[in-house]
Amino acid sequence: MTAVAQAHDSHDDHGPVKGIRRWLFSTNHKDIGTMYLVFSLTMFFVGGAMAMVIRSELAIPGLQFVHPEFFNQMTTMHALIMIFGAIMPAFVGLANWMIPLMIGAPDMALPRMNNWSFWILPIAFSMLLSTLLMPGGAPAAGWTMYPPLVLQTGDAFPFLIFSIHLMGISSIMGAINIIVTIINMRAPNMSLLKMPMFVWTWLITAYLLIAVMPVLAGAVTMLLTDQFFGTSFFLAAGGGDPVMFQHIFWFFGHPEVYIMILPAFGIVSEIIPVFSRKPLFGHDSMVYAASSIAFLSFIVWAHHMFTVGMPFTGQLFFMFTTMMIAVPTGVKIFNWVATMWRGAMSFETPMLFSLAFVFLFTIGGFSGLMLAIAPADIQYHDTYFVVAHFHYVLVPGSVFAIMAGAYYWLPKWTGHMYNEKLGKWHFWLSTIFVNLTFFPMHFLGLAGMPRRIPDYSTQFADFNAIASIGAFGFGLSQLLFVWVILSARKGKLATAEVWDNPPGLEWTVPSPAPYHTFETPPNIGANIGFEK
Amino acid sequence: MTTYSDDRYYIPHGSHWPAVGSLGLLFLMVGASTWLNGAATGFYVMLAGLAIIIFMLTGWFATVIGESEGGRYNAQVDKSFRQGMFWFIFSEVMFFACFFGALFYARNMAVPWLGGSGNSFFTNMLLWEGFESTWPTNGPGNIGGEYEAMAPFGLPLINTVLLLSSSVTLTIAHHALMAGKRVQLTSLLATTFLLGFAFVYLQGVEYIEAYQHLNLKLTSGIYGSTFFMLTGFHGMHVTIGAIMLTIIWFRVLKGHFTADNHFAFEAVAWYWHFVDVVWVSLYVFVYWM
Amino acid sequence: MIRNAILSLLGLSLAETATADWAFNMPKGITDLSLETYRLHMMVFWWCVAIGILVFGVMIISLIRHRKAAGAEAATFSHSTTAEIIWTSIPVVILIMITIPTAETMVRLEDSRNPDISIVITAYQWKWHYKYQDEGVEFYSSLAHPSLAARRKQSGIDPFSVENYLLEVDHPLVVPRDAKIRLLFTSNDVVHAWWVPDLAIKKDAIPGIVNEAWFRAKKSGTFRGQCAELCGKDHGYMPIVVEVVEADAYEAWIDSHRTNTE
Ligand code: HEA
Ligand code: HEA
Ligand code: CUA
Ligand SMILES: [Cu+2]
Repeated sequence: MTAVAQAHDSHDDHGPVKGIRRWLFSTNHKDIGTMYLVFSLTMFFVGGAMAMVIRSELAIPGLQFVHPEFFNQMTTMHALIMIFGAIMPAFVGLANWMIPLMIGAPDMALPRMNNWSFWILPIAFSMLLSTLLMPGGAPAAGWTMYPPLVLQTGDAFPFLIFSIHLMGISSIMGAINIIVTIINMRAPNMSLLKMPMFVWTWLITAYLLIAVMPVLAGAVTMLLTDQFFGTSFFLAAGGGDPVMFQHIFWFFGHPEVYIMILPAFGIVSEIIPVFSRKPLFGHDSMVYAASSIAFLSFIVWAHHMFTVGMPFTGQLFFMFTTMMIAVPTGVKIFNWVATMWRGAMSFETPMLFSLAFVFLFTIGGFSGLMLAIAPADIQYHDTYFVVAHFHYVLVPGSVFAIMAGAYYWLPKWTGHMYNEKLGKWHFWLSTIFVNLTFFPMHFLGLAGMPRRIPDYSTQFADFNAIASIGAFGFGLSQLLFVWVILSARKGKLATAEVWDNPPGLEWTVPSPAPYHTFETPPNIGANIGFEK
Repeated sequence: MTTYSDDRYYIPHGSHWPAVGSLGLLFLMVGASTWLNGAATGFYVMLAGLAIIIFMLTGWFATVIGESEGGRYNAQVDKSFRQGMFWFIFSEVMFFACFFGALFYARNMAVPWLGGSGNSFFTNMLLWEGFESTWPTNGPGNIGGEYEAMAPFGLPLINTVLLLSSSVTLTIAHHALMAGKRVQLTSLLATTFLLGFAFVYLQGVEYIEAYQHLNLKLTSGIYGSTFFMLTGFHGMHVTIGAIMLTIIWFRVLKGHFTADNHFAFEAVAWYWHFVDVVWVSLYVFVYWM
Repeated sequence: MIRNAILSLLGLSLAETATADWAFNMPKGITDLSLETYRLHMMVFWWCVAIGILVFGVMIISLIRHRKAAGAEAATFSHSTTAEIIWTSIPVVILIMITIPTAETMVRLEDSRNPDISIVITAYQWKWHYKYQDEGVEFYSSLAHPSLAARRKQSGIDPFSVENYLLEVDHPLVVPRDAKIRLLFTSNDVVHAWWVPDLAIKKDAIPGIVNEAWFRAKKSGTFRGQCAELCGKDHGYMPIVVEVVEADAYEAWIDSHRTNTE
């Protein structure tokens, strides 16, 4: 092991154990973080492969490759895998790796449970993916699982429900661990408002997770009992209501989308100051903005339901609260821009991805604001305009932020620099193709193309062809990402600081970060680089 | 055991229990799924999964208890456990909130709309003519046939008294623990879980009554659905809580816990109070109002 | 990204004259409310463009001028309460300005009272059923044959050779121009959604529930739409065609159909 500045006690083993047990039985936040990240990348490719099936079928009008049933299965599985398998685990992986390092903790607060949160995921996703081989096929009712349609699922149905329960259990345990770590394990002197933004946004995200994952679990439980045990939650004849599911689902679903963006905000807030060589503008207002977004996210859910026949006052309420989210989100955007303003910027790959994030997330946010306008949403709803909106916030949003974070911290994880030139190639290809894929979808939606259809009228042919070309380009570019990561093994050695004078405790330990760090809390004194 | 061998945060090095737990979950969930799909063997796979999980829980907790009694945990670890338990309970609260939400939505929105209120005049006229919004109801389709609602003042009231007094006995037991009064502690703790089991027993009686005499079933429309799902999940939590209280009681008998180091006791107590609070809301909103 | 922003601007202004084949933008439609909807859409769009130009503009200036490579020295400021108050309150004002006209439109959308004609629309997997409430006319409407043949997997029929591929039905809904039509939606199985962009109506058809919408068509012609809520495997194949005709043509149509169904 490399020498660590911190004192070691003799009775602790220092390195990892050998073989499979290192991973299967791990209680080490770095190993668990690595497993989360690898899992997430795998799922990104699986979900991406499904997106490629979707885009292949949609490349030209007419049915060429798949049957409509299978197309719907692809859409459903693509979304479930990307959301629960790719984005969320990626953020948890980053949290595992970085939060203890950023707050000067020896590990996560509850290391055994940490292991369990991770190892539930492969089980959940094996169950989910196995449905592709079942009679009746995989779930095909969309990731939103609206009844009564979802009740027409074949043998896959209970597997779908239980795999979601498992994902929920995993997320809740992960979130509990993160909250407890942040609240209880900070180095002395690190007051809450001194915490790095990534830690802050994750703290808020974890609260969201604990609040809404159980609600999703309850919703799918009701689906299960409606299907198998004769309850009438979503059956009007029994006094229930199919729309009730939609309310419960979106009570989960809307906070869920902020679960997928707040940590991204955190990552970008770490990176932009470093490469602007200037402290983050408005650290505290960033915290308040993120908290407001989280709070508002609980009272906007029915903006997904403007066409279900809600009373007028309900529509007005949900429309206005939704629009209000633009305000704290705007504060974040403006603060990033103010951070760059009069800085001394350089454009390494993490910074490039972060800049693209700010641009393209904002575009996605604008279309979100348009969707919030209830009468206009009557036209947009369930069209490709919505698909364009959420891919803008999710792909050049969440995914780009994760990639920015991966490039930013990779030297800390591996001890080697990645190939900057290839990184830039990856960035430019991704950015060009992601726009080529998703921008035309705005036009498609406005011109009247519904989502979740395997085939379309000929007037939509041109933009669909462009989108498909873009999607293949984007997909292939991601192979470059994997190559950059793998080839970093041979890259030049990284210093402890890696970048130009970055703030934060993670840069005070050597690169690669030793297996155990901060076994005794660091003395951060007053001179830690965050503003306050 | 107030002396800690070492004031560093205790990090276990490797543990196979989580992996065992995941395996158990795999068996449990796959078993349950195949069983629901009609394969009888699935049921046994599910039971095997359950067995693995119980084995895992026993082993995992034994390890933790061992470490705790061995003085490995300092005050900070203790705090982590507390906070972890607190947020776990919070997640449970949200789980119940989901079903309460369904109840409120059904009573205040869905059923009145089916009855034609608000701007839902046509729903009633075209589809459910003659249906009037009432509560309890099994819906305009009279799903599950005629039934009688559960009266609030028989068994449920007794159960309310049982559960509320168990919370009181538990609190006194806690004070006894802190004051070092072992006898009072053991007897009151025993009273608590006995009251808990009595509650579960009476709820069983109530369910039998519902099924056999009132024709009130899980399938009795939205009333039956919300009634049994809410009380059922609650009953499950009472059962788990009572079992945990029993385990805690055995640990007390073994001389575990001191006045200032008894996290497990407190965790179970919190859990018990949470179950209690849920019951009070249940009693008010499901049985009474 | 900037290129795309410009492209979109171009696109949306082009749309005023664009042909159906290269449509960029939402149709203005054929009712007062569809036009209002379109205007709301454009209003919000232009607000977003304006804010976008501002934000991206500042950012781009910064990217050009404050580069290390260009010799920029980093300043050290990290907050400014004035700036933050400004950029919190201005968006609030903008949002309120957007909300007011929107709410006015929403009030009009709600008012389905006193219709001239009421039609009950029941969704099935995967067709529509139309019933004129007082005229004693009812019929099913499903995907027309030419499309049906061409839509099969590897059918060998070029979709471009089929007129209105996937947007043609066997029995269109016929309504008179200038009359207030109330639509009542429900479903026989799963949730569907009846959507005709030119009428600016998209409403879910939910089993066990009846939803309402209304329109008054100002132009006659044929207007097409599709089911807009995932309803199973043939969700993509349940189009909607509405024919708006003159009042006397409508009467004739009703009469002929009444005899047909009796
Ligand atoms: C990361 C995920 C993410 C994020 C961050 C968002 C952010 C937002 N979303 Fe989005 N959304 C999704 C993921 C996300 N969404 C998904 C997955 C769906 C579809 C689900 C499904 O049906 O399958 C969806 C669907 C969806 C709908 C339903 C559409 C429909 O089905 O009809 C609506 C409607 O209101 C909406 C609105 C918004 C708004 C207002 C924001 C806001 O938070 C955006 C705020 C940001 C900005 C506005 C830009 C920056 C701000 C400024 C520069 C300040 C000044 C600006 C102004 C004053 C305008 N979203
Ligand atoms: C976090 C979430 C996330 C992410 C990252 C993505 C990523 C992508 N998504 Fe999707 N998507 C959703 C969330 C997400 N999506 C959701 C929630 C829905 C709604 C579902 C519903 O309606 O229920 C949806 C729906 C959806 C649709 C609409 C389907 C429909 O309505 O029928 C489409 C269509 O183009 C699409 C495309 C894509 C593409 C091209 C990518 C690309 O970015 C993917 C790129 C990645 C790869 C391609 C993998 C990596 C590379 C390889 C595997 C190498 C091999 C490559 C080639 C052979 C080219 N997604
Ligand atoms: Cu009917 Cu989609
Ligand atoms: Cu939302």
